Formats: sequence, structure tokens, C-alpha cells
Amino acid sequence: MQKVYSKIESIAGNVITVSATGVRNKELAVVETRYGPSLAEVIRLKRDEVALQVFNGGRGVSTSDEVRFMGEPMKVSFSDNLLGRIFNGSGRPRDGGPELTDTMIEIGGPSVNPARRIIPKNMVRTGIPMIDLFNSLVESQKLPIFSVSGEPYNELLARIALQAEVDIIILGGMGLKYDDYLFFKDTLEKGGVLSRTVFFVHTAADPVVESLLVPDIALAVAENFAIHGKRVLVLLTDMTNFADAMKEIAITMEQVPSNRGYPGDLYTQLASRYEKAVDFDGSGSITILGVTTMPGDDVTHPVPDNTGYITEGQFYLRNGRIEPFGSLSRLKQQVNADTRSDHRAIMDGMIKLYASYKESLEKKSMGFKMSDWDEKLLAYGGLFEREMMDLSVNIPLEAALDKGWEILASCFEPEETGLKSELIAQYWTNKV
Amino acid sequence: MVSVEFAGEATMNEVCYVHSGGKKLKSEIIRINGNVADIQVFEMTTGIGVGDDVEFTGELLSVQLGPGLLGQVYDGLQNPLPELAEECGFFLDRGVYFSALNESKKWEFTPSVEVEARVEAGEQIGFVREGIFKHWIMVPFQLEGVLTVKRIVGAGSYTINDTVAEVEDEKGALHPLTMVFNWPVKRAVKSYAERLKPSETLITKLRIIDTFIPVAKGGTYCIPGPFGAGKTVLQQVTSRNAEVDVVIIAACGERAGEVVETLKEFPELIDPKTGRSLMERTVIICNTSSMPVAAREASVYTAVSIAEYYRQMGLNVLLLADSTSRWAQAMREMSGRLEEIPGEEAFPAYLESLIAAFYERAGIVRLKGGEIGSVTIGGTVSPAGGNFEEPVTQATLKVVGAFHGLSRQRSDARKYPAIHPLESWSKYKGIIDEEKTEFGRAILFKGDEVGQMMKVVGEEGTSLDDYIIYLKSDLLDFVYVQQNSFDPVDTAVEPERQQHTYDLLMGILTAELDFAGKEEARSWFNRVRQNFLDYNSKEWKSEEFNKLEATISQLLADKKKGVEADAVGF
Ligand SMILES: Nc1ncnc2c1ncn2[C@@H]1O[C@H](COP(=O)(O)OP(=O)(O)OP(=O)(O)O)[C@@H](O)[C@H]1O
Ligand SMILES: [Mg+2]
Repeated sequence: MQKVYSKIESIAGNVITVSATGVRNKELAVVETRYGPSLAEVIRLKRDEVALQVFNGGRGVSTSDEVRFMGEPMKVSFSDNLLGRIFNGSGRPRDGGPELTDTMIEIGGPSVNPARRIIPKNMVRTGIPMIDLFNSLVESQKLPIFSVSGEPYNELLARIALQAEVDIIILGGMGLKYDDYLFFKDTLEKGGVLSRTVFFVHTAADPVVESLLVPDIALAVAENFAIHGKRVLVLLTDMTNFADAMKEIAITMEQVPSNRGYPGDLYTQLASRYEKAVDFDGSGSITILGVTTMPGDDVTHPVPDNTGYITEGQFYLRNGRIEPFGSLSRLKQQVNADTRSDHRAIMDGMIKLYASYKESLEKKSMGFKMSDWDEKLLAYGGLFEREMMDLSVNIPLEAALDKGWEILASCFEPEETGLKSELIAQYWTNKV
Repeated sequence: MVSVEFAGEATMNEVCYVHSGGKKLKSEIIRINGNVADIQVFEMTTGIGVGDDVEFTGELLSVQLGPGLLGQVYDGLQNPLPELAEECGFFLDRGVYFSALNESKKWEFTPSVEVEARVEAGEQIGFVREGIFKHWIMVPFQLEGVLTVKRIVGAGSYTINDTVAEVEDEKGALHPLTMVFNWPVKRAVKSYAERLKPSETLITKLRIIDTFIPVAKGGTYCIPGPFGAGKTVLQQVTSRNAEVDVVIIAACGERAGEVVETLKEFPELIDPKTGRSLMERTVIICNTSSMPVAAREASVYTAVSIAEYYRQMGLNVLLLADSTSRWAQAMREMSGRLEEIPGEEAFPAYLESLIAAFYERAGIVRLKGGEIGSVTIGGTVSPAGGNFEEPVTQATLKVVGAFHGLSRQRSDARKYPAIHPLESWSKYKGIIDEEKTEFGRAILFKGDEVGQMMKVVGEEGTSLDDYIIYLKSDLLDFVYVQQNSFDPVDTAVEPERQQHTYDLLMGILTAELDFAGKEEARSWFNRVRQNFLDYNSKEWKSEEFNKLEATISQLLADKKKGVEADAVGF
């Protein structure tokens, strides 16, 4: 049963109101504008005054445009036909292929019962020592890359996606630059995974609000694949654009902002998306890798800040390297006990020494005389950055651990490392 | 939020149900104006429309209190999650509610009063065995005045809904009592004789806490810290190791995965004190970040009400809430929807008083029967941007008895637990003489000063004496303040061992040491540190433990030439 109204009472930003009855919260509508149809969603009901957010934006909407209520919330088609396809932010084909309408599923559905979750246990190997050794990525983890724009975060995402052993890759692009979109397409194609990838891409040229649907659509599809036993990797880039779209709507709705204009429910909104990452007991999983660009390289900006409180760690990408400080995988302890007996010790020990190196470096830059100890640390720091941190290094975890011992042995005496004696007895490699 | 027009009567905090799409969605009245009630819906509001019916129940939002709470995993409104999973599968479907307690299970009830006995609210009328505890069946906390027992059943097995007694109030009205009753979550339980001052240390088995910034039974403390600094890990190890009878975990608006760890691990972990699984002393209230936000606000009250209930049985209860900031944010979201005048950072103006009232529900009390019971509350705070100058942290600091502030710098340097030893404080008494801990703290303080100074004048501009202080402070930090939660031995250190280790360390900290230069000093301290680390990971009083202790003592004897002037007397 579809109801049609042809009088829009108000238009402010991307929010319109109409006078209508029998409408339900979060119901979907289509606004027929002279520039084509646009999807809209009910965001507030006040007696018969219905407020909708228009996903193509308010620009060009006229008071006499037709608003057609669909009688149900936003849905997206789910089937294997999605694979290899490219859609826009509202789930419409952008690859010229046919529109899909089989098995429509709800988006933004309920969250998983914690009692039905399991403890994640599979390490996702990436060949990047700063990840595998120091901050292991785990299947079903939710983890963003924090960086300023201009860093190669999309390259890093694509590299992990190609290297990770997953069944399906879903790319959710929000405000994606066209070049980056093409980059993903090319890279995934060259890697031979395009046929098991689904794209939901909102580009920088599309209306801002349309990006709001991307995470929900991508994750609803991912969830259904996961329930059908698939290991799904969802790439969301860039979540800061998503948050900014929410801010825009909140301001139009005259909500009291909590921090730098962002709505007070920013945490809840981001969490309800990221929490879709899950390992289903006896079925598939969803791993979410996101990108959160930090305006002004400020990690205390509300978007990275709230994200950090939600996700299970973050990779801090700076100057083309994953920084050891600030980067964290909170699930690493679920997997790094069973890799090799020296994994945890090397992981913590090398970082502690790297922290000391940074202090010596600071002293040096202030012109102080370097003690023998400082000199050792300086040599160590240089090696660490070249052999471990550089993103071009591509070696398995075990080789990275061996390399770690090698670096330590070439710089320090065993007791200077702060590592336990048993491990030193087992792994210390004598200086060459 | 939904506004409803009603005829008749409506009560603030009354529970009602929105009938929508064939489902009944639990809600609570949060504002009444004329014949319009504003209600918050504890479920997703998708599909609710103007004109939907709302059913008022006349009941306030309550918890169900009775035997069988221990070991349960509830959502914020005490809906049991495992039962829900059985019914609905992977997802939390809306509008499905279960009884919080098993209604068909039979409990072996033993009466403890006789007919014509006089009892008051909170007093015992009998008990059942709940796992390791004698679970006292009590007169419901809301019954007023002195009551006379008119009937009490004999020993036998009963379900929670069977009537086990009848009491008559002062006005002559008869009240049938079962083993279960409801209590409105937002009211503190006051059925005790008197409140006492928290004085006994609550042992957490974390050295930095028990030694330097202790928690007291019946006290309160908070753990503010930026994301990833270690608040949750700290609470997880505390929930395992703390010396209390019952632990209530309120996972409030944080990650579901973290609850799962507890959920799956606790049944497997054996409490060495009781020989039973940790789950038997634990209740988990979990309203994680993607669960409906209105229920998040209620969840901390559900948790504290259950904590008070077990306190009324003369038990020591620890409530760990992670994170109180999410609770505050839930209030902010509701306040925003009610279009109330916002305070700082859009938090409601009454934030401070609600935080104070919540922590006020902690305390150690003497019950009417003479036993002592306590509720200790530890809450994490997640300040925006990691900056403690924000409303929730500030309001919390005003009311708590101890502050365990986590530092980003320390967690980045992997110095766990990343509690800042100099900025944190506690008003409670710890397990080591204050004179000794003050001495240690002074070393940390001076070491920090020297460290700062060295950044300005360099190592060569620092005297050997100062340099040694710096190394001492570094040693104390490395081998005592820091503790490895992933090492099976180091993760939990008994008070006796803490005292022993601290004394050994004091031997070094107070010694005047004989070094020719800084290089020698540094390498000596490295060696001591190395041995100490190994020592920390050896079983208490094992052969290896003793051997390492002897090595450390020998190292000290080699270099000790006296006692530092300010340390005479230790
Ligand atoms: N005591 C510890 N020992 C070793 N590692 C730790 C310790 N505490 C924290 N960590 C590391 O830091 C990570 C983050 O800790 P945790 O989840 O407790 O942070 P948090 O303060 O609760 O963060 P958030 O506010 O985002 O929830 C852990 O997953 C672990 O890797
Ligand atoms: Mg946490």
C-alpha cells in the first residue's frame, strides 16, 4: 500500500516535511524531483507532520514534488548475484548492470545477542610486521586506519584485502575520490578477487547525505553472507565523511551539538555500525577495516576519538608507516599466545626499547652528548624503522620474529633488553 | 522517544508497552505534562507510528530479586540473554521478554523464623543454598514498619513463586511472601541498621592499587582514561582476582566482544578460594554499545540494585561499571530529545547529581541482624579526547574515594597497568605501612623530576646521585608498579607477597650505593631489574623464587655502602 502526497510543507537543508498520516518511523519514501527520483527516510513524526531526510539532498526539491511512502523501511537485495557488482550509495547499480530485486533484506537490523558470539581466534596474516607481529589482526575484528588525508590508507586497505584469506570482500565507499574508486577496482581486479567483491560506492561527487546509507547497506549484505557461512571482509572508507553527513542532518534538525557540531549520539551511531563485526558461532564472520581520516591530524577530534572508543584498536598511519605508538590491536592477545613462545615478549620488548630510542632521539636533537646507552638505542631505532616499520617489508610473522632477535642481538647485551632469561636462552642469536 | 496522550493516571518511571507491528515494546515514562507522557522506548523505534496504542502497567521500572541471580547474563532490563538466544537465535529481536529468574526450579528452603516472630524489611525469614552462598530470603525492602510472621512453611523444596510465609503489618494487612520480589531500580535500598566508614582494604591483587592507591570495601573509585589505555583489562583482572564474595559486571555501552570474553572464560576459571567456577559469584548486566540506548541508562541501576540485594545478605559485593561515560551519554541523548536546556558539552544540568547519587549507593553497612555487608563501586570513565577536564570525569572525581587515572603515555610505552602512579590518589588505607609507601612515592616523584631535568640538561649535566635516584625510580616503576596481567603468576599477587617484595625493593631504594660512574650504575640496575622480572614470574616461595631473591640480595650486598640519609629508620 503506497501513499502519495504532493505538498511539501518545508525544505531545510536535506530535510523536508510533509503532512501525512499512517506513516511509520524509519519508513522509506521516494521524492520525485525534476532532477529525478530520490530516496528519503522518515526521521521524525509529530502528529501528522512527517520529517524525512532526502538522500539526494534538498537541492532542487520543490514544494509541489510528489512524495510516495513505500510502507516499509529501506531494504536491499541479497543474493550471490551481488558478487562482482558495483552499486551507488543507495544500492542502485552504477555499473550499468540490471537492478536486483530478489530477496529484499532489511538494513540496520538488530544487534547480535552477546550470548551467541564467540571469542575470535583466527589470526589474519598480512605479511606486514607492524601488524602481524606487533598488532595482529584477527578475524571478526573491527579496526580503522587513523591517518591524515594524503596518506596511502586506501593502498593499505587494498593490500590487506588481497592478502587476507577471506571469502567475500565488500567495499563501502563514502565520499570516495573517483581516482580511489578506480584504484580499488583495478587493484582488486588485478588481484583476481573482483568476482567475489561487492562495491557500494558513494563518491565525493554524489550528494553528501547519500553516504549515510553506505555502512548499513554494506553491513546488512555482509551479515547475510556471514550467516550463510562466509568469511566477509568489509572495507569502509572514509568513516569521517559518514560522520560529517550525520552532523549535517543533526544541524538541520536543530539538535544540540555535543562537541564541535557533532550530535550527542555520534558514539551510538558509529558503534551500531562497527558492532556488526562478529564471528557467528558455527557460521561465518564479518571483519571490518575502516578508514578514519583525522582533520588536522588531531586524534582527539570527535570522529577519531569516538571511533577509538568503539573499535578494537587502530592502525595509526603516518608518513607512510604504521606507527608503533597509537597503533593497537585489542584482539592480538587472542591469537599471539599460540603463534610462537617469543611472540608476546618480542612484541612488548621491542616497543619499549623503541620508546627509549625516541627519548634518546629527542635528547640528541637538543644537542646533548649521547651516552653509550643512547648510542645503542639510536642504532636500534634506525634498524627497527628500516627492517620492521617500512611498509615495503613483506615477510611472514616467523621471519619477522627472527629478524627481531637479530636486531636486538646486533644492538644490545641480553640483559639490556628487559626480556625474560628463558627466552633469551632459547632465542638469542650471537652477534655476527 | 515517543509522546503519548493518556486518560487517567500515569506515574513517573512507570513501565509501559508500545503496541506496534504486532509487538509490545517495553518503555518507561520519563516526563509527564498535562495528559501527555513522554516515554523512552527500550527498543529500536523503527516502524512505530502515530496512533499506535500504548499500554500502561502501573509498575515502576524494577528488578526481580531472588535466588538464581548468580551466574546470569542479563541485558540492561534483566532480560536473560541465553534464553533470548534460544528463542530468537543470533539476533536480539524486539519485544521478547523473559522472566529474569527460573520459575520452575525448586530450591531447598529452610525457615529461620517462627510464627509470631517480629521482622522488618530486609530481615531474614529463611534461606536457600545458591552455589557457594547461603542465600537469605528476606522481607521485601519496601514493606514498612514492624511485621508479624503469621505463617511460615516448613523446610522443603519450593519454587520462587511459592508462598513461603505470610506477614501482618501494623495496620493488620496480610502480605504473602514468596522467595522473590521486585524493587524499583532507581531507589537505593535502605534496609539496614547503619552505614559505616569504609576502612578495610579490598584486595585487588594488583600491586600498584593495593600498595599505593587502594580501594576499600564499601568505597568507590573511578578509572578515567583515553581509549585503549587499559580500563577494561583492568576491570577484567579485578573481576577475576578481587577478594570479594560477589562481583556484578555492568558492561554499559561498550563492546559486546569484551563481555563475551568474560562470558566464555569465567565458567572455566576456578576461584582458588572456593574451588568453584568464577561464574558462580558473578552476575553480568550487559547493554553493549549497539543495544538500545535507553536501556543503557537503566542498566547501571539494574546492576547496583542487584549488588545491594546481595549486600543485604552480609556479603561483600563489587560492582564494576564499564563505562559510566556511556551511561552519561545515554542521559544526554534522552535529555536532548526532551529538549531540555543543555549544560556543558550538551550533558543535562542534573548530570552531577545523578552521578553522585549513583556512587552514593556504594557503602559498608551493619545490617539489622548485625552482619556487615558492603557494595564497592568502581566505574571507568571515557573522557572525550582523553582529557579529564570534562563534565563526567569532573563530576565523578568529586564523589569517589580513589582515582586511578590512566595515562596515554604509559600505555603507549606498554607500561601496564597504565595507571599514573603520581597523579592517581586514594583516601583509603592500603596493605603496606604508609611511611614505606610514602618513601616509594617520593622516589617516583624525585625520579620523575630528575628525568624531566635530564631532558633539559642532558645526562652529562646530571650528578651521579641524581642519576641513581632516577634509576631507583625506574626500577620501582618497572618491577613493582608495572605488572604483567598476561603472566600466570604476576597477574595476581597476594598481599603477603606484595609486602615481601616491597621490603626487598625497599632494601635497594633506601641503600646508599657505591658506583664509580653512571655506566656502571646503569648496568647494575639492569641486572637487578632482570632478576626481579624473573622473580616476579616465579611461584611464591618456590625454589627458583628463593634463588632469585638470594641473587638480588647478593647484588645489593655487593654495592651497598650504607643507608641513604633520608631513609634511616626503615
Ligand atoms: N595490563 C595490561 N597488560 C597488557 N596489555 C594491556 C593491559 N591493559 C591493556 N592492555 C592492552 O591494551 C588494549 C586496550 O585495553 P582496554 O581494552 O582495557 O582499553 P580501554 O581503556 O578499556 O579502552 P576503551 O576506552 O576504548 O574501551 C588491550 O587489548 C591490551 O592489548
Ligand atoms: Mg574499554
